[in-house]
Amino acid sequence: MINIRTKKYVISKVLDAFFISVNRAYLFVIQFFKQVLVPPFHFSEIVNQCFEIGLRALSLITLTGFIIGIVFTKQSRPSLEDFGATSWLPSLIGIAIVKALGPLVTALICAGKVGSGIGAELGSMRVTEQIDAMEVSAINPFKYLVVTRVTATMITIPILSFYCIVVGLLGSYVNVRAEEATSFIAFFQSAFSTLHFLDLSTSVVKALIFGFTIGIVGSYKGFYATKGTQGVGKAANQAVVMAMFLIFIEEVVIVQVSNWIRYF
Amino acid sequence: MENQNIPHVISHDEQAIVIKDLYKSFDDLEVLKGVNLTVDKGENVVVLGKSGSGKSVLIKIIVGLLKADRGEVTVLGQQVATLTDKELNALRLRVGFSFQSSALYDSMNIRQNLEFPLKMNRKTMSRREIIKAVDEVLEDVGLRDKMNQMPSDLSGGQRKRIGIARTLILRPEIMLYDEPTAGLDPITSYEINKLINEVQQLYNTSSIIITHDLTCAKETADRVAMFVEGRFTRIGKFEEVFNTDDEQVRSFYNYNFIQ
Ligand SMILES: Nc1ncnc2c1ncn2[C@@H]1O[C@H](COP(=O)(O)OP(=O)(O)O)[C@@H](O)[C@H]1O
Ligand SMILES: [Mg+2]
Repeated sequence: MINIRTKKYVISKVLDAFFISVNRAYLFVIQFFKQVLVPPFHFSEIVNQCFEIGLRALSLITLTGFIIGIVFTKQSRPSLEDFGATSWLPSLIGIAIVKALGPLVTALICAGKVGSGIGAELGSMRVTEQIDAMEVSAINPFKYLVVTRVTATMITIPILSFYCIVVGLLGSYVNVRAEEATSFIAFFQSAFSTLHFLDLSTSVVKALIFGFTIGIVGSYKGFYATKGTQGVGKAANQAVVMAMFLIFIEEVVIVQVSNWIRYF
Repeated sequence: MENQNIPHVISHDEQAIVIKDLYKSFDDLEVLKGVNLTVDKGENVVVLGKSGSGKSVLIKIIVGLLKADRGEVTVLGQQVATLTDKELNALRLRVGFSFQSSALYDSMNIRQNLEFPLKMNRKTMSRREIIKAVDEVLEDVGLRDKMNQMPSDLSGGQRKRIGIARTLILRPEIMLYDEPTAGLDPITSYEINKLINEVQQLYNTSSIIITHDLTCAKETADRVAMFVEGRFTRIGKFEEVFNTDDEQVRSFYNYNFIQ
């Protein structure tokens, strides 16, 4: 009898904790939209964060983007040759990199490098009471730490995605150039020939949403890090896992929605 | 109820902090169970109690970092729980809080740490005035030469001082010190105690000093308040408080001096 009761109690506690954390996450997101348009804007801190994020992710994005460009081109060529359609190679690469790979790969890399960085940084500020210290000196830590970081990820991740696309196409061009004498301009022209305004704007929106996700998840996990040093590691780790999970879901939903819009 | 028998009556505008019947629990853990305390203007009150007894929770409630379940906290005539965000922030500027962990911003150097609260809160101050204020407050805590170092380059005692300086720079009327000497060697502790007394005189602050270090209590206290099991059991002058047969108070005293 007592056993069943305590079990029920434990289950209801776990459920409570779950709904409390969902509610807390919801309020966190709402709080962002409430505060983002209200001064003070802490512009210099936003610029600071943009550089920080850019520097953290740039080398890995360059490397990955370039290699994806080369490898994807190499792998597609034989299949297209079977159909005698190698001339379509640039358009195929264009579609793949601009519509899907560029923003997605950038977001995944940034979730790993930037999201975990934000989670660890804010987590350690929480654990060492630096966030409380801001609050007691009448500084709004949400505004100063969270709003600036999320704004920065929303600015930098679209830029980095664009950069990743360019580097990827360059990688692809290197490979194309090695096989046939296509000029640089002709390659880019045919890469973009099948892309429409909707495709490009979808990619931009996607990158914006990914940026928001990475920033807000990292900040949330860090902001509510539990006490202790392992709380910091946990915050960083969960920030990556959670952000990647959400990015995959968002990718699927956005593609679906943009297809609906296309056939509308 | 015993703490209400303690005779301590004084007119209202002379009181910096008034705490009435404060209760606070976390889930099943009752931390504060009817806390009563007044701090007069210009007075240093030392709160003594075991680790994990809820001393930090108490001062976090005073600055609104935590919310009490029941009871009233009045700081400089304003009831903390009823204030809007704006009013609370205005009040927080008048209250300095020195954290147990010092809580220096570790991405900023010492100068930036000290400038930060000014830049954020005193928008009308010029660059020159801010530099002057930083110089002055560093002079007061005796660490002018550390200006361009990072917090991680400083010793524990120096970090404590900078933490105190960072709150002093806003010219608070009240100072709350959370374990200012914890983890410091006796000589450094002595210096911190001296600093606390200097701050009281120089800045004319009223203070709550939380500690389990009796030397610190003896050096800095105008009055001592013993915090035992969620409430204050004895409040008064240092000698008065320990002149008792109460087992818990005695053992606290003995333990400190055997150690
Ligand atoms: N934010 C919190 N959530 C849950 N429990 C807390 C919180 N803050 C403090 N506690 C608990 O309250 C008790 C008193 O903590 P604290 O005030 O930090 O003790 P101390 O007297 O050493 O300063 C501890 O048992 C601590 O675990
Ligand atoms: Mg404490």
